[in-house]
Amino acid sequence: MNYIEPHGHMVSRTTDDYERMAIAGCQAICEPAFWAGYDRASAEGFYDYFRQITEYEPKRAAKFGIQHYTWLCINPKEAEDLALADDVIALIPQFIDKPGVLGIGEIGLNKNSRNELKIFEQHVQVAQDYDALVLIHTPHLEDKLKGTRLIVEALKNFPKIKPERVIIDHVEEHTIDHVLDHGFWAGITLYPESKCTPNRAIDMLEQRHAEQIWMNSACDWGISDPLAVPKTMQAMRQRGWTTEMIQRVAWDNPRKFMGQSEKFKL
Amino acid sequence: MDSRSKLIDLAAFLDRVQRAGQEGDFRVQALKNAIALLSQDQPQRAKDVLLSFSDPSTAPVEKAAMQGAIGAYKK
Repeated sequence: MNYIEPHGHMVSRTTDDYERMAIAGCQAICEPAFWAGYDRASAEGFYDYFRQITEYEPKRAAKFGIQHYTWLCINPKEAEDLALADDVIALIPQFIDKPGVLGIGEIGLNKNSRNELKIFEQHVQVAQDYDALVLIHTPHLEDKLKGTRLIVEALKNFPKIKPERVIIDHVEEHTIDHVLDHGFWAGITLYPESKCTPNRAIDMLEQRHAEQIWMNSACDWGISDPLAVPKTMQAMRQRGWTTEMIQRVAWDNPRKFMGQSEKFKL
Repeated sequence: MDSRSKLIDLAAFLDRVQRAGQEGDFRVQALKNAIALLSQDQPQRAKDVLLSFSDPSTAPVEKAAMQGAIGAYKK
């Protein structure tokens, strides 16, 4: 069964992963801009990174028959430096019209600081100015609840941003209702230890009837699994999900959300 | 079997921590508080465990003191 990987940091993965994903049925991968594992020294570093994810990664994916889409931003972990963040955000207009760029992301919060919130709101303003889709990262572990609440509250200051054009990712059992009840899409991330297991993801999907939810691996440079989505699809089968139900989550939902950008051609 | 295995692993972890004299660590205390929530009747244990680990404050912090997260909120 074909599927879409809506959140994968392929810049940190090898071609073996592309091959395995293609064999597993992946038709498209969406790659948000994120933290490299260290703090970049300058905006020039981000310029090169944006070139890599908008120009090189799509070519690498295409060799395996996979479409590749991108999101742009400075990630929350590097948003404490306001001067750097301003310079990076100023680069976005140079890339936002490139084919394959779906919108702004993964913006959000990390430690829920004032500077992070300021930069988050600057990104949302850019998204509003360009009528772009928005993909949001919610903080890790003990910071997630507070960050999710701050994010939802901040989005209320942007009346032109339509909730159905925003996905708030990495939800868990204590944040998913808050996200969905405000009309936003929710992303469930299948990542070892710090995020969800397949069975927890399936529980949440069943509770919320799979409405406006997608699932992703967020595979990156850490211990993570680029095949987390097809493995969860298998877990769904074992729990009695029909093909139609699985397709809804793994194909229809991400296609519906990202199809709101005319650049998403799947 | 999977849950049984995870529970035994958790028990062994707490044994190990106690032998090492680290029971006072706030993360261990947070874990023990969360374990107590498993005995409740309502099917929202996962949610309540996550809430018990979470920072309950609502105002943004002045400055991020670190980049990583720990796993439990230190009061």
